[in-house]
Amino acid sequence: MKSTHRTARRVGRTVAAMVTGLCLVGSLAACAPGSAGGAKTGTADDIAAALQEKSTITVWSWGTPVQAAADAFQEEYPNVTVKVVNAGTGSAEYTKLQNAIKAGSGAPDVAQIEYYALPQFALSDSLADLNDFGFAELEDEFTASTWGNVSIDGGLYALPQDSGPMAMFYNKAVFDEYSIAVPTTWAEYTAAAATIHAADPSRYISSDSGDAGFATSMIWQAGGHPYTTENGTDVTIDLQDAGAKEWTEMWNPMVQDGLVSPIVGWTDEWYKALGDGTISTLLTGAWMPANFESGITESAGDWRVAPLPTYEAGEAASAENGGSSVAVLEQSTNKLVAAGFVEYLNAGPGVQLQIDGGSFPSTVADLESEGFLGYESEYFGGQKINEVLVQAAKDVVPGWSYLPFQVYSNSIFADTVGQSYENKTDLNTGLQGWQDETAAYGVEQGFTVNSK
Amino acid sequence: MTTLSHHPAAGSATRTQRRQKRDWTGWQFVGPFMVVFAVVLIAPVIYSVYLSLYKDQLVGGNSFVGFANYAHALSDPKLWESLGRVTLFLAVQVPIMLALALFAALAIDSARLHLSPLFRIAIFLPYAVPAVVATLMWGFMYGTQFGLVGNLNDFFGITIPSPLSGTWVLASIGNIVTWEFVGYNMILFYAALRVIPADLYEAAELDGAGTFRIIRSIKFPALRPAMVIGAIFSIIGSFQLFNEPSILRSLAPNAISTFFSPNMYAYNLSFSGQQYNYSATIAIIVGLLTASIAYIVQITGTRKEV
Repeated sequence: MKSTHRTARRVGRTVAAMVTGLCLVGSLAACAPGSAGGAKTGTADDIAAALQEKSTITVWSWGTPVQAAADAFQEEYPNVTVKVVNAGTGSAEYTKLQNAIKAGSGAPDVAQIEYYALPQFALSDSLADLNDFGFAELEDEFTASTWGNVSIDGGLYALPQDSGPMAMFYNKAVFDEYSIAVPTTWAEYTAAAATIHAADPSRYISSDSGDAGFATSMIWQAGGHPYTTENGTDVTIDLQDAGAKEWTEMWNPMVQDGLVSPIVGWTDEWYKALGDGTISTLLTGAWMPANFESGITESAGDWRVAPLPTYEAGEAASAENGGSSVAVLEQSTNKLVAAGFVEYLNAGPGVQLQIDGGSFPSTVADLESEGFLGYESEYFGGQKINEVLVQAAKDVVPGWSYLPFQVYSNSIFADTVGQSYENKTDLNTGLQGWQDETAAYGVEQGFTVNSK
Repeated sequence: MTTLSHHPAAGSATRTQRRQKRDWTGWQFVGPFMVVFAVVLIAPVIYSVYLSLYKDQLVGGNSFVGFANYAHALSDPKLWESLGRVTLFLAVQVPIMLALALFAALAIDSARLHLSPLFRIAIFLPYAVPAVVATLMWGFMYGTQFGLVGNLNDFFGITIPSPLSGTWVLASIGNIVTWEFVGYNMILFYAALRVIPADLYEAAELDGAGTFRIIRSIKFPALRPAMVIGAIFSIIGSFQLFNEPSILRSLAPNAISTFFSPNMYAYNLSFSGQQYNYSATIAIIVGLLTASIAYIVQITGTRKEV
């Protein structure tokens, strides 16, 4: 380890020397404030200066719109080379990231990290605190819920990239066929589920074979706060709080009576089932429309968007489901440029480029722009889908936080709660098992865990 | 005296020279292998042993814990459950696979089969398909909605239990593994049968031995070393079960747990749980266990041979 640090420092020095050399060749004035890109802190001026120098950064991201933003960025700053690498989606990327962090080298300068995974990387000091680059003043530009997700324990570990307020995507053709009104409460939703399945046993209102992201978002919407972390290491887990119980009470019959299909999400069968009407609603994040357009072409024109049903009639409540942030790695030797790119991507011209690529933004100005709200989606039969989705973003229940080891916890969801799905038994038993296993892991990793 | 004392000295000098020369030549041949062997096998094993004696926590950092990880592993129900599962797999799948391979090898060797080269290549071909591709392919066939199983259900109006349900998934994986490796074992057995001298058969025929008598008295004894090797490979393969369940997991996450096989457990501990130390401990325990079982099979297999 020691020798790696030394090598890293030596490389850092070499880079600094090279940069200084380049500065002498180029304009001295531009280089004066921040002579080395490896600086750990910097002002907006330092970043602007660093972006004029010759440098290369690597970005790990699986979202396609990032490449378009990187191209535009390089056009604006011709001296900077941005290498966008798809190192896998979600947990596949985190595995590689974790290994590179463990190895002490090989991590990218910038990485896309979903909100649920961010605390894990932030806590292990793997990410740069963006407060050091003066990004705290960007707070007003983002929605409260996404900003809350990137502010962890007083630090700012990423900038929100997109967001996923939950909504209900439904197949209007199927609903019309059975004369079902669009459900606004969960009671109406479960009744619709029974109607559809009774009319055609091969059809289901939705599919759920157990998905940690979905379960936590549903608990979030029901007002649960199962995870709290204080002082970074004091963790409280309560997957039997009022919110969790409200969700399981509603969802248990759906699973036990076989009203949701056991088809596993994102598999070939799942896409087919969404395309041919086997599955007629999808309760998921606002980033879904782009996936509909690219992956579920068979039923184009049949789908519509409605607010997520709620427990009380007339109430509006949503939760975030998925959504990513973009962070600067602590390992980066070029933090000023990396931070400059993150700002360009998520708080600058990159935002519009990502929206054009189908991303659902987390910036207030874009969410409220008339062009965005007025967009009529051809796939959704000309519906102004963003009006519904933006309202969902405003209705997200505040105060949620994830565990500092959520990635691992989610990886064992199928071992515990998944068994309740498999055997059609009480989800609460599964949630308790999940809590126990998660708490045991937390203790094993040195956290103080209060498992209720 | 001088001459006498001189001679042995000269002799020993040349001997040392020759030995040095001989040693050097030997190392030149063995050297490249030894370097690779040390770098890719010895070093990782030593590193794993080193890792297994420490505990690195997200909070609190790295500390020496002696054999605490081993004590934890030996009382870990998940490890025992996964070992039990691969043992069951070994006890059922390996005999079926070896019996099928044996039957195929004997049939092809019997000279009564038309187009035997075609059968040989057809049975062997699945072995050439990468395990990942084979598993994905079978995964599609196992699908009850749009896969082959679904089609069969629709066509005959029956309900085949889902091969990817918790009850059947181990058998389904056994089916994939059998499909993949029957051909390999068949070639192993067939090669052993081909080296039996033809005059043995002639002599047996003159003595009036029938086909089954020839199989029992000539072919089986000749096959024994190949069968021991086939069994050892299969045992190691069973304990190392990973590709098939790991890939099928995306289709059946609830039926295949993160500790389905010992290898999957070690993988998930280190790569999703960052418990590199505990994972190394499990790898060492499973490695020792596999080596000792394979060794026992080799000892008993070769002893009976006499």
